[in-house]
Amino acid sequence: MAANGAPTKITQGSQTKGGIGESTLRPDGTLKVTGEFAYSSDMWHEDMLWGQILRSTVAHAEIVSIDTGEALAMPGVYAVMTYDDLPTDVRNYGLEIQDTPVLAHGKVRHHGEPVAIVAADHPETARRAAAKIKVEYRELPVITDEASATAPDAILVHENRDDHHIGHVPHPNIVHRQPIVRGNADEAAKRADVIVKGEYYFGMQDQAFLGPESGLAVPAEDGGVDLYIATQWLHSDLRQIAPVLGLPEDKVRMTLSGVGGAFGGREDLSMQIHACLLALRTGKPVKIVYNRFESFFGHVHRHPAKLHYEHGATKDGKLTHMKCRIVLDGGAYASASPAVVGNASSLSVGPYVIDDVDIEAIALYSNNPPCGAMRGFGAVQACFAYEAQMDKLAKKLGMDPVEFRQLNAMEQGTIMPTGQPVDSPAPVAELLRRVKAMPMPPERQWESSEGADVRQLPGGLSNTTHGEGVVRGVGYAVGIKNVGFSEGFDDYSTAKVRMEVINGEPVATVHTAMAEVGQGGVTVHAQIARTELGVTQVTIHPADTQVGSAGSTSASRQTYVTGGAVKNACELVREKVLEIGRRKFGSYHPAWATAELLLEGGKVVTDGGEVLSDLVDVLGDEAVEVEEEWRHRPTEAFDLRTGQGNGHVQYSFAAHRAVVEVDTELGLVKVIELACAQDVGKALNPLSVIGQIQGGTIQGMGIAVMEEIVVDPRTAKVRNPSFTDYLLPTILDTPTIPVDVLELADEHAPYGLRGIGEAPTLSSTPAVLAAIRNATGLALDRTPVRPEHLTGTA
Amino acid sequence: MDFLRPASWEEALAAKAEHPTAVPIAGGTDVMVEINFDHRRPEYLMDLNRIGDLTEWEVGEDTVRLGASVPYTRIMENLDTELPGLALASHTVASPQIRNRGGVGGNLGTASPAGDAHPALLAAGAEVEVESVRGARRIPIDEFYTGVKRNALAPDELIRAVHVKKADGPQQFSKVGTRNAMVIAVCAFGLALHPETRTVRTGIGSAAPTPVRAKAAEEFLNAALEEGGFWDNGKIITPSVAKQFADLCSAACNPIDDVRGTASYRRHAVGVMARRTLTWTWESYRGTRRAAKGAA
Repeated sequence: MAANGAPTKITQGSQTKGGIGESTLRPDGTLKVTGEFAYSSDMWHEDMLWGQILRSTVAHAEIVSIDTGEALAMPGVYAVMTYDDLPTDVRNYGLEIQDTPVLAHGKVRHHGEPVAIVAADHPETARRAAAKIKVEYRELPVITDEASATAPDAILVHENRDDHHIGHVPHPNIVHRQPIVRGNADEAAKRADVIVKGEYYFGMQDQAFLGPESGLAVPAEDGGVDLYIATQWLHSDLRQIAPVLGLPEDKVRMTLSGVGGAFGGREDLSMQIHACLLALRTGKPVKIVYNRFESFFGHVHRHPAKLHYEHGATKDGKLTHMKCRIVLDGGAYASASPAVVGNASSLSVGPYVIDDVDIEAIALYSNNPPCGAMRGFGAVQACFAYEAQMDKLAKKLGMDPVEFRQLNAMEQGTIMPTGQPVDSPAPVAELLRRVKAMPMPPERQWESSEGADVRQLPGGLSNTTHGEGVVRGVGYAVGIKNVGFSEGFDDYSTAKVRMEVINGEPVATVHTAMAEVGQGGVTVHAQIARTELGVTQVTIHPADTQVGSAGSTSASRQTYVTGGAVKNACELVREKVLEIGRRKFGSYHPAWATAELLLEGGKVVTDGGEVLSDLVDVLGDEAVEVEEEWRHRPTEAFDLRTGQGNGHVQYSFAAHRAVVEVDTELGLVKVIELACAQDVGKALNPLSVIGQIQGGTIQGMGIAVMEEIVVDPRTAKVRNPSFTDYLLPTILDTPTIPVDVLELADEHAPYGLRGIGEAPTLSSTPAVLAAIRNATGLALDRTPVRPEHLTGTA
Repeated sequence: MDFLRPASWEEALAAKAEHPTAVPIAGGTDVMVEINFDHRRPEYLMDLNRIGDLTEWEVGEDTVRLGASVPYTRIMENLDTELPGLALASHTVASPQIRNRGGVGGNLGTASPAGDAHPALLAAGAEVEVESVRGARRIPIDEFYTGVKRNALAPDELIRAVHVKKADGPQQFSKVGTRNAMVIAVCAFGLALHPETRTVRTGIGSAAPTPVRAKAAEEFLNAALEEGGFWDNGKIITPSVAKQFADLCSAACNPIDDVRGTASYRRHAVGVMARRTLTWTWESYRGTRRAAKGAA
């Protein structure tokens, strides 16, 4: 690796226009900006009915009775279904543990759990009918934290667990526990000159994608169903849907429809099974669209977490040891909790070298809203805490916080706490150097000859300060995120690539089941096909289940894995095309047999640039098509006792410098700038890369200063399920985000690329917190920070 | 739900008399949210958008007669000299799209303590012009808010306009929300100096069951300003006076803990805003005095 941090750019592929490395524009970009893009909620079908879900009004209760009579009697209502109407014995689903009832059976475990479903000829009729279903609850005490979950007399959230984690968890209300022990933390602690301990709390963040859950199920003549759906992973949905319907997987045909954002919130099923059940029951197409209120109950959120950390360091600034305990609240159902625990524990050290560690992460079952995947996935919560610790240590040692981090930064060759060596570039110190070296935004930018420009000040147009009480703060943070599915998961993707001549021009068609949720896969796949096949025209086939699984659009993995699958399929197509060329024209030129051949600019050329033939002539009327699975390097499970194992595929690093202005009297914060440096391995589409980094940065800032689902600890009910009270950053809250992109190739990955989508979400939050601490001198051990935390009025 | 669409003010009054449960709708800022969330399913919805008169304003000698449906955007653009406090408040209402539709009549009709216009109206001094088939009357703003989301309207009355005193001195408005735009108030504060009467008026939003004035704070400040001859000598207000004023404004609050903020924070923030807006308005008053002197 370039130890001095100089980017080693790799050049590969052809000179064909629109190939990798170019900032080609999104095919759906203009449509989305002008409002013409068809999202899943825009679908319509003749004769279609509207589905509505009745959700529990309490968090934990036995269901005494359900009376659907009045709802069924309403004109316009076609069907009302409860648990008893489910067609097969498979009545639960789940990503890893099938613990989630399609409809509640005898008990509800969280506020907003689906109890019954209705189909009617008008959405308002469906809504009113659902409201007429009478459910009698007998309320139970709620489990809302570790103490209530593991109390001696605690009610079990799930009574009869038989999943593969029950054998190693200390209590049935703990979904999964992952310890990691390496070296001897107690022994190493004796070498420490300073020891810093901290308790941190990370609030529940919502993905808050703008396109709410929606889909359309159309019953088919063969008894099957066609489902048009916004999701993150078609085949994972399929695997969970088909058994509940009692259909073979080939009779549930799924097509991806327009997805309005995901961020992890569409990994779990939402209305998929409900729409299919109602469609099969009524024989009519059924559409379900959540409104924003329902959406807050309709998907899992980011795990809130309590984190206890202890670090030690020598007086010359070397970390000696780390002990941590991370308690994630998984809520009522498992969702992705086990994998989140794996990430939180294995990445809990952060991008630092510490040989002696003692780590424990657990996820609880509780009656809080279910939590699962969200951008950053367990690594976000840990990063918030270990970065706060780094600042505390630096302060205690009287060192510069950036220098302290650089002194302890991991690099290529560092051994992770899991025993896995980091075997590709890890430019942690360099990323910090780069954000620190960026020019600072000017001081007192709000001052002008006309008076204060309130838009530059905390409070903005709400006109709360003209400079009074405003103090600037600067903070730094860096993080580490794994790329791809870990812990031995068979994380493959599939691509089908076809090449043929259409209207006298060679055209490639790329068909995958990859869910385009905004990450830019549709752009990148076309770029890869152009690079590998030397064509200009590339058609991206709609994603569906008529091709093999692409895996999930999550874990920053799609460009790596499905991009890798597309590249691989293109290479196989290229081989076949060259075979045809050799067969047809091999006798005309010796280079067909001897030279390295490329496809470029619609031609077959030698590596020396000599044109051998037009692709049009090679292909003629033939079409070449390949469908092939592709896998990255395999990973291993973590040992359940020691946490050792080569669990991760690749790592992704980003660093941030946050500059904030804090109104210290009112506790209001204006983030002025969030500078980011990130290593991306290879930017396949530099514009998309910048977009991902800026988007991730803002999402991280959101949980630093405003975003939080507030759950009442007495009732476990959600208190703010609306965009009035769940605040997302607006453009006036969005700082300038200068981005410095490094491209240090990972030799194990296609084109040397690195998954990029999540890393910027990690370090953004602690950088903002550090900047606010710098401005206020307050400890601030929870996020988001609200005005009352900054003014002593909580 | 029946949808009533009166073509004139008279028709609207007649319809309201016939159907006192009818909910008037103009911009829909509050009403549509309630309907969409199914918090409210009125028997009758009365669309006032055909009544052009409601979106007009007149600038008189002492007051501005502001039609109930004049959009906030118009107030910001056209009335920032006459009604500076209300113009500042208008700027903090929701988003540009909503400011293009919503007006003060809606804020008054809903009478939520979080309505952005209330502190400005209380500070400036205003009267709400309401009418029914029985006749018209003007309700002083101080008597308008009667409880949480309740106002002094009779069931058959509609809000036609609000008469706001033209500014005779500097006015300010501040609002705390937990983001820098498009946010509902955690709490808000309006302050107006009235040099003609040598009085100060205040308005507090979202920190009590109704929008309220900090009357004890006003009385204290009026006395302190008078006693020290501040109106004439234009001196800087002493920090202890400003602090006492701020503390009395905090004390005028009767807030609750809710998902948007704590009661303790609201009390604290109202005090900070009171002190700052007093400083801003007083500095501005001193500036105009100096300018006037210079001109003379």
